[in-house]
Formats: sequence, C-alpha cells, structure tokens
Amino acid sequence: MTDTTVEAPIDTDQRKDPPLAQHLMQAEQGQHRIKGGVHSDLAHDSAIKHVTGRAEYCDDIPEPAGTLHAYLGLSTRAHALIRDLDLSAVEAAPDVIGVLTADDIPGVNDVSPTGRDDEPIFATEKVEFWGQPMFAVVATSRDAARRASRLAQVTYEDLPFALDPVAARAADMGYVTPPLTLTRGDAKSAMETAPHQIKGRLNVGGQDHLYLEGHIAFAIPGEDEDVIVHSSTQHPSEAQHMVAHVLGVPSNAVTVNVRRMGGGFGGKETQMNLFCAVAAVAAKKWNRAVKIRPDRDDDMTATGKRHDFVIDYEVGFDDDGRILAVSGDFAARCGFSSDLSGPVTDRALFHADNAYYYPDVLLNSHPMKTNTVSNTAFRGFGGPQGVIVAERIMEEIAYHRGLDSLEVRKRNFYGECERNITPYHQIVEDNIAPRVVAELEASADYQARRNAVLDWNAKGGIIRKGIALTPVKFGISFTATWYNQAGALLHIYSDGSIHLNHGGTEMGQGLNTKVAQVVADELQVDIARIKITKTTTEKVPNTSATAASSGSDLNGMAAQDAARQIKERLIAFAAERWQTETDKVRFAPNSVEVGSETIPFAEFIREAYMARIHLSAAGFYKTPKIHWDRATGKGRPFYYYAYGAACSEVSVDTLTGEYRVERTDILHDVGKSLNPIIDKGQVEGAFIQGMGWLTTEELWWDDKGRLRTHAPSTYKIPLASDRPRIFNVELAKWSENREQTIKRSKAVGEPPFMLGISVFEALSHAVASVADYRKCPRLDAPATPERVLMAVERLREAG
Amino acid sequence: MTARTDIRFILNGKNVALESVAATDTVLDYLRIERRLTGTKEGCAEGDCGACTILVGRLRDGNLRYEPVNACIRLLATLDRCHVVTVEYLSGPEGRLHPVQQAMVDHHGSQCGFCTPGFVMSLYALWMEIPHPSDKQIETAIQGNLCRCTGYEPIIKAARAATAAGSPAEDALNIERQAITDRLAELDDGARVELSKGDSRAILPSSVDDLAQVLLDEPKATLVAGATDVGLWVTKFLRDISPVVFLGHLDELRRIDVTDDMLELGAGVSYSGSRDVLCTHFPYLAEYWDRIAGWQIRTMGTIGGNVANGSPIGDTPPVLIALGAEIVLRKGDTRRTMPVEDFFIDYGRQDIAESEFLEALRIPLPSRDTHHAAYKISKRRDEDISSVAAAFAVRVKDGKIFDARIAFGGMAATPKRAGAAEAALVGAEFTEAAFRKAAAALPDDFTPLTDWRASSEYRMRVSQNLFRRFWLETQGGDASVRLSA
Repeated sequence: MTDTTVEAPIDTDQRKDPPLAQHLMQAEQGQHRIKGGVHSDLAHDSAIKHVTGRAEYCDDIPEPAGTLHAYLGLSTRAHALIRDLDLSAVEAAPDVIGVLTADDIPGVNDVSPTGRDDEPIFATEKVEFWGQPMFAVVATSRDAARRASRLAQVTYEDLPFALDPVAARAADMGYVTPPLTLTRGDAKSAMETAPHQIKGRLNVGGQDHLYLEGHIAFAIPGEDEDVIVHSSTQHPSEAQHMVAHVLGVPSNAVTVNVRRMGGGFGGKETQMNLFCAVAAVAAKKWNRAVKIRPDRDDDMTATGKRHDFVIDYEVGFDDDGRILAVSGDFAARCGFSSDLSGPVTDRALFHADNAYYYPDVLLNSHPMKTNTVSNTAFRGFGGPQGVIVAERIMEEIAYHRGLDSLEVRKRNFYGECERNITPYHQIVEDNIAPRVVAELEASADYQARRNAVLDWNAKGGIIRKGIALTPVKFGISFTATWYNQAGALLHIYSDGSIHLNHGGTEMGQGLNTKVAQVVADELQVDIARIKITKTTTEKVPNTSATAASSGSDLNGMAAQDAARQIKERLIAFAAERWQTETDKVRFAPNSVEVGSETIPFAEFIREAYMARIHLSAAGFYKTPKIHWDRATGKGRPFYYYAYGAACSEVSVDTLTGEYRVERTDILHDVGKSLNPIIDKGQVEGAFIQGMGWLTTEELWWDDKGRLRTHAPSTYKIPLASDRPRIFNVELAKWSENREQTIKRSKAVGEPPFMLGISVFEALSHAVASVADYRKCPRLDAPATPERVLMAVERLREAG
Repeated sequence: MTARTDIRFILNGKNVALESVAATDTVLDYLRIERRLTGTKEGCAEGDCGACTILVGRLRDGNLRYEPVNACIRLLATLDRCHVVTVEYLSGPEGRLHPVQQAMVDHHGSQCGFCTPGFVMSLYALWMEIPHPSDKQIETAIQGNLCRCTGYEPIIKAARAATAAGSPAEDALNIERQAITDRLAELDDGARVELSKGDSRAILPSSVDDLAQVLLDEPKATLVAGATDVGLWVTKFLRDISPVVFLGHLDELRRIDVTDDMLELGAGVSYSGSRDVLCTHFPYLAEYWDRIAGWQIRTMGTIGGNVANGSPIGDTPPVLIALGAEIVLRKGDTRRTMPVEDFFIDYGRQDIAESEFLEALRIPLPSRDTHHAAYKISKRRDEDISSVAAAFAVRVKDGKIFDARIAFGGMAATPKRAGAAEAALVGAEFTEAAFRKAAAALPDDFTPLTDWRASSEYRMRVSQNLFRRFWLETQGGDASVRLSA
C-alpha cells in the first residue's frame, strides 16, 4: 500500500506505564495499611491497559521481518475416507511458501491431551467431522494463506455418520473413553419400593465459548531445536509438551508464553495445542516466525465446545417429595476423539446430586463417540449438565406432589451430620446450602413474589410469569489429582521492586491481581511494587491448566510459599544484623520493624542484598486431603465445595415464546474473598454465561453434519439487554472456607455459572402455568423462544 | 472529468492520503496491519461483536457527525473525506484517561479486556450524543458489542457514570470540531475517485448523476452502500467484488423529503438516519427499528441496501411492503417506479437491470383508519436476524375491514405478502374471528423452511399467533400483551 502521509507518521508507540502505577510506586511507610492487600477491592491489574487498547494480546505482538502466516485446510465431510488430497492449487496460489501435511510432522501427528493418541493434527486416511484439519498452508500474509486454504482438491469416499449421542448409541459408535459408574446402596430395589417413580429425559445443548479473542499461536524459531511460542492458551505447559511431542524434541527446547487471553472459559485449555504445534512445525521448517489465527467461522467449526448431553433419569420418592432413589444415564456428545471427555463426563456424574442427598443411587456416564468436533472443557466442565438434572428432578417431584419446587429442594438438601454422603462416597463436611438458600429466600422476598406470580398467572393472560430459586454446590479440585499442584517464582530486586511469576494464566478473571495481592499481603508492601509478568514455561515448569476454578487457590498458595521463604531469610538476616530475636522482626506496611527501629522496605532490601541474602524463591503447593479411585468410584475428589443460590423471575409471551428476565437475586459463597469486586464480577459474568447456555445459545448442525451456528451472527450469546431488569448480586460475607485455602477464600470461576439454571427453571414455571402446574413442562435446553412456545403448545394440547 | 486516484482522510487528527487501495481492503486490516493501531480488535470479522468499533466522522450538509462503525467490514475506500478515530486517540497525550475510559476502570467494566476498546468507542459515541443516557439508551447503544466476561452490569454502570468523570464539552473531538470540519471541507474537492490495486478497482462517484454514468460504464460493478452485507462477502466468502462502486458518501442519496402524503427516502439513508422521521410518522416502528442489528450496523447499513440485496430475511422489506412503499429505480437518466413487493422475484433474483440502481423509496403516509404493527421474532431479542418478521396494515371502516396489507419475512424465498390471509380479512367484520380465520389461511400462503434460526413449524405457528397479538393490540393497549421493553 502506497502511503503518502501528509504529516509525520502517527506515533503508534504510545505505550507507557499507566500513571496510576507510578503514583502508587511512591508509597511509603507509616501507612496503616498497604494498598492492594488481600480481602480488598482492587481493579484488575490491566484495567487501564484494557480501556486504552494498550493491553497486548498475542496478535498485537510486533512481528519480526519475514513473518509467515499459516492457515488450516478443513474437511467438508462429517465422515469420509480421504481418497485423494491434491494440494497443487494450494501450493501454486499467490504468496504461498508451502504446505504442511501429516508427512511434514517431525515427531508424532497427535495432540491428544490424555495420551490416548486419538487426535491427529492433520487427518490422514479419513476425516471424522466436518471441519477437521487436513493440512495447513503457509504464505506471506494471512489473507493469502486463507485464500489458498480453500483451493485443495479433495476426493472423499463418504461413510455413514452419527452426530448426536442418541444416534451414536443407535449406530453403536462406542465410547471415546472409558465410562464411569457411581453407585451407593441399591438404587434398583429402592426405586421399586418407592411410593412414586418418575422417568424422564432431558436434552441439554452444548455451548460455544465465544471468547472474544479467538485461537492464535505465534512461533519464533531459535537455535538448535529451540522454538518460542506465544499463544493464548490456558495451559502453557501442555502446549509446551505437545509442541515437543509433535516436533520430536525434548520439552526443554520449547518455550510457551502467555501474557493474557481475550477470554478462555475452558476453550483454550487443550484446543490451542493444535495451533501451537502447527505454528511451531512451520517455524522450524522454514526458519521464520509463523503465526496462525483462524477466522471466527473456522475457530468455531474446528475447535471443541461444551458437551451436549441426553440424560435419562429416574427418581423414586415419598409422599412428601423426599427422594428415595435416583438413577441416571448420561450420554454425551464427545466428538471424534477423547480430548477431555473422560473427566468432563465424570464431573457430570459428580454433580448429578447438586446439593441433594440421594439415599440410593446409580449413575452411569456414556461418553459417546460422534462425528462432530471433539468437545472439550467449558466452565463447569460437565458439572452444569449434572446439576441441571438434579434440578429437573426437583421440578418433577414438585409438579407431581403439587409442591413449591423450593420446598422440595429444602426437603432434599444434604444434612450436616447425617444424610451427608455423596454418590462418590465423599462426606459433605461444609454444607452451607441451607443457610445460603434461606438468606436468599428472605432477601429476594421469594414467598411473596411467588404468590404474586401465581396470582398474575391465575388471570390467564398472554404474558405468564415464572419464578425459581435454585442452589448450587460445586466441588473444587481437579479430579485428576496430580493436577492439584502449582509453582511460583518470586524475585526481589535490590531496589526493592518485586517480580512475580506463577503458573496460572490470566484470561480476564483477575488471577494475576489476586496472586499479587497475596504477595503484597505476605511482604506487607503496596501492590504497585509488584510487577506482574507473563506466564512462561521458562520460569515455572510443569504447571497445570488454569482451569477447574483452581487458579488462585493453587497459584496463590504457591506464591505465598515463595514469599514466605524469602521472608524467613529476611527475618533471620534482620535478627542477626540488628542483634535481636527473630520474633522482634515484623513486616509492617512498606517497612520492616526490628525492635524499635523501622526500616523502609527498599532500604531494608538493599541491606539484605549487601549482606548476600538470597532474594529469590520458587514456591510450591499441592492440595492436601484429596484422593480418588476411579475404578471403585470412591474417594474424596474435592477439597471443599463452593455454594450459591439464585432466584430468577421471568415473563414469557405465550404467543411467541419470547421472554424477559425481570429480576435475579444472587447470594454466592466465595469464602473470605481475596478481592470482593473481582469475585462479584466473576459471579455476574458466570450467571449471564450460564443463562446464555440455557436460553439463546444454540448449536445447530445440518443434515450433512456441518455446524451452521459458527459465528456471532448465527450463535447468540447474551447482550446487555438480556441481563435481568433488576439484578442484585451479593457475596456471602460471613463465609470462610473451613479448609486452609489461600486466606480462607474459595474458588469462584465455575460455581456461579450454574446459577443460570434459575432462569431455566423460572421459564419452565411460567410455561407450567398454562396447564395449571399439573405437569412438568420438561423444557429442553437451550430454551429458545421456539422451545418455550412449543412447550406451551404441547402442554395446552395435552390439556 | 478527471478523477482523483487516491483517498484522503484524517486518522486520529493526522491527514493521510492513500493510493493503491483494493476494492476489498478493510479498515480493520489497514489499522492493525499497516498502522499498527492494535487497540482495535478483530473478534468476528462480520460486524456482530463490536470489538473493532471505531468512530468515523463525516461532513453531512456541512455538519461533522461522528458515528460508531465496525472497522472489520467497513471498506477502506469509503474513508475518503472522513475523520477516523480509534481508541488510541481517546486518552490525552499525557496518558490521562478519557472520562469514558475512567468510568470503565472505576466500575470494573473490563475483565479479559478484548472487547473493551470496542465498548469504550461505542460508549464514547453515546456520551458525545447523550451525556446523561437512560439505561434503555445505553443498552441500545451497545447492542452491537458483545462481552463474554462481565455480564454487562459493570459496563452499564460505567456508561451511567461517564459524564460524572468529565463533560463532552471538554472532549478533544468537540474542541477540535471546527478545525476538523474545516480540514474535511478542504478534502472535499467534489471529484470522482478511482482507485486501483493490481486488478482490483473501486470507484467513488462524485454525484448521483455520476453514479448513474459510472454504472453505465461498469455494468458488472458491485454497488455498495453500507457494506454490512457485502462486507461479509469479502471477509467470510473471500469474494472478489471488483469493480466496486460506492454510494454511501453521496449526500444526495441521504436526502429525506416529507410531503403531505409521502415520505421519500434516498437510497443511501441509513437505518439510524431514518429513525427519527419514520418514528414521527409511524410511532409503532420505534421498538422494531431499534432491534435492527446493533448501532454500528444501523449507522452503516441503508434501507435501500436492505431492499436491493433481495434477502428474504431483511428487516425493512416486510414493513415497506405493508406500508405500500414504492422504490425508484434509475438507469442513466431513465427512472421507473414499482411497489416494493414487485421487486422481489425469487430467492436471489430481483427486478433490476444491469446498470440500474435503487435511487429512492417512497412511503405513503398513513391514513387514520389504518391499524399498524411490525413484529420481529428472533432467537435473541436484539442484534439478531429475524426468524420471522411481520408487518400489518389493516384498514377498517364502519366495523369492517376494507383493506389489509400483511407482509412477512423469513417465511418464503422472498419478503412476501400473505395473500390468502389478507383475503380472509378483507370484507370481514373487524373481530377476533376474522383474525383467527386469517391465521388459519396462512399455510396457504407460506411453506417456511427449517434452519438454524427456527423450524418450519415454529415459523408457521408464531406467524399465526401474531394475528392474535395484532388483534389484541388493536383492542386498546392491554399491557399484558407484550413483554416489557
């Protein structure tokens, strides 16, 4: 492009330290409290960079001269043999440098994260879903690569395909990973002897992550076997190991860096591995920097999503609506490979009880292979699909017995000292669900509002209302026990400034801010003294995915451990230097008190450095108490539970199925919050995302197996105008984690996602009104206006 | 006539001239790749997420007006004689945050931050127009911006608070307004612009007459107004649209004339540009109009384009058909008019000749005896494409229906009148029974298809139910017939 700019070129390099940070740097001893310690509201560390556009995402990193761009060539069949893959037109296209197929992979053509070797980077003999990568083309611009990627001549031989779990079971597609059974007692005979039984089926749709920043990887080759990959992954260590596996080099040759992601939600836990690997292979092959960034359509077509489930449930209960037995079969659309479908379908079973005691229970997972993209992690990780069944069961019982569903819920809560054992034989020791629900019931004025809803509906108008109050209990810890470990690296430089690094990744959840707060609190320095740095496999090795809501629990503890190690050395130094007892050394705000003397922090550090004190430490943490035996279905997979409850009221137009969320009240438990304002943001955002999953977000495949909702034009996540008209969100301020977690806080990322179920249940309640609440509407998810209207019509026809 | 061969515009206060511009070059790629202005993000490349929102200011009849647009589908050539403002221009050179930015920080309006610059720009545009917006105005302003992290509540709070952090009078764009106006006026040389890059060509005619001539000379040209549809041909289908002829810059096509019995809109009038006049004469359209796409698309997209592209799911054709609107088609100096409904022949086929273009729309003003309504049914309330769009115009005299124009979108291969349903109404008593009969006749009019937006059954059922809704609404505004806005 010829650029005859009239005046001087624009200075795009306006990146400078935010003034706020400079201001805070001049902090000062003598304060009563440090700025930015734990249990205080503090803005996201990148907030100023976000609003000014200066926050650097992977695609914003300046590209070295000669950077190349890769693009994937995707299959256009759901299941077919590849008879011929002719890439001559691709290679001949303008500005193309070359193509990559499975033959160009120096190591192993596989990015299966669980080592099942079932997920090729490039399909070879056959394709197993529409959108499966078959090759990559590398060109001098992204546009050229993308255009060339469409020129492949592929000869397919079509094979029969099954897209959903029901079709897959009928076609005997088999499992992508071993199923799980959880059982306690004798569900079969308890069911038979129960006074009432109900059998039903619930279809729950999947969900696309729709992170605003799509997948991206940017590889820069180095000497020897080295390669550096900048990416937007939640799991840099796994990406590192996968790149090494694919390149056939040791992990020590590969560095993966992540400064921040433009959203993750689980979609970048394993799914980025393929992009990192393709960029790295191309970078090494041509010895040039290579970036790969799919268009949104291709991102949504070629990467995994939340699992859809079809759940067949049966419940036996008594006249009072107390559950006696539950059985359930959970069939999931896993896609063509296992990816994380094993632990996802496991977690669906772990949460099929939600907050309720099932005296006799039998739960089976069916991780079905389907000819669709391999489904993956998504906030809640199967848990939401379990919880929603428990809530459906509450509804079924309520309509059967003519009770308020909240009353049924209360009658079935776990007890404190009895009725407290889960289907996986873990004792629920920290049950605060009854208190959370009781407080919300009062603060949301549930009973009066429910009566008002019933009165309104009794008039029989077009617009019906519904209200529901649903709880959540969510188990915290990776069920893969070895994942429950973390590391951190902390340096104090001789000027007193602090460099913090840990294994977690920042995707908007404020993890870096929280971990820095922990360090600030431990060393009693203002947070502005602490530099938050990009996650890199060079500094902290063998990290776990930033997933399972574990980020601050694990990395906060590791950073605290690092800070404590340095602190211990500093205390010993101070005691010796000032000739006193170690218990006379105290870290005060931005200073250290030794006996009666107060030394400013920076000065104190300078002295320590001069005395040759080691001012760097690697911290480590592993979660105690947990264990899990999958073969027997017994153990304590979760360190603790997080709780919450939401009450939602909706209006439904019974002529069109359209609806409005009129009001939502939330009370959520985050233990003793590290940063209440950030936690509240997580709760609000998770609720809206959960609501979207169950309302307007619909994945729709056509009869050829092609996903047709593959961009925001066709896949509808909530907008500002979809949020509740009245939205009251509170944290349970009284809650403290009974376990010794970081500062007694609790994980927050996933649990509030399931608060969105209150909207789904409220819609169901409004629908039920057209048949005078005599029948459970059995609304399927997502409850689009279409499904709502069709449920209304169905109920009316059944009379 | 000598044509200019470059585009001239102002980018963040600095003059820029570009030669060698392809028909398909987008503003977003130019900003991010050529200028390294990376604050503007690509989220979807189809104008649906708003992460690429920038402001574009242009002189309209001498007045400088800034509007939010989607840089991803805004074609670069159309920046000629505009002032382009990106997020980088907001905070002062000393790094002080703009009031909108400060409010977003204070209210924790960002989490991952990727959508944030786009929100900042939309909120900035809102703040300049309406310093103290209502919640409804805020929601309407950010319909075209998706956030996946926050759930929007803190962003709404920031929007409410922005004015407390500073007043629009102190804003750089307002302080510079006269200077920029003068500079843009200087750039306006009245020339035709002919651009090329390799084989790719783009033309910005100098006037409507010039447009007519250009189309005679280039009968195969792609005519582009707001690029809200053609932009996706470029970004999603990688289609070559050269030679492309742009008309969005022509003030003559943005004219709105109201006579005693007619409202005439130039084909280049945008959805936003037509809102006030339409809602004055047809107040029932206000809610419907604000549900067309998001703000960015409403400032870019035109009613003329919505008709001319022939989509069966455009939001405006059912309304125009029900209102008995006509279009004016022009080729060279020859004009013809036809009812909007006759323009649509079949899917992808319209009654338009080579070199011909849609110049204006004429909407008869309503008579007092007409009951009107327009309904949009979509999976998501806002910024969604209709599953079904319906517009009703039913005339009643002495308790009898003597005329009915009922048009649907999303029910057939084209926007189409429901002839059988209309026939059931005309001559009937104005009663619920008549509407029940009309609804029952609807399957004679339509056999809708099933796709990702809705099933055939739902489309038919909801369309039939809309007759009931229409009837109920004519019976005196019972609030319980509609959801709260």
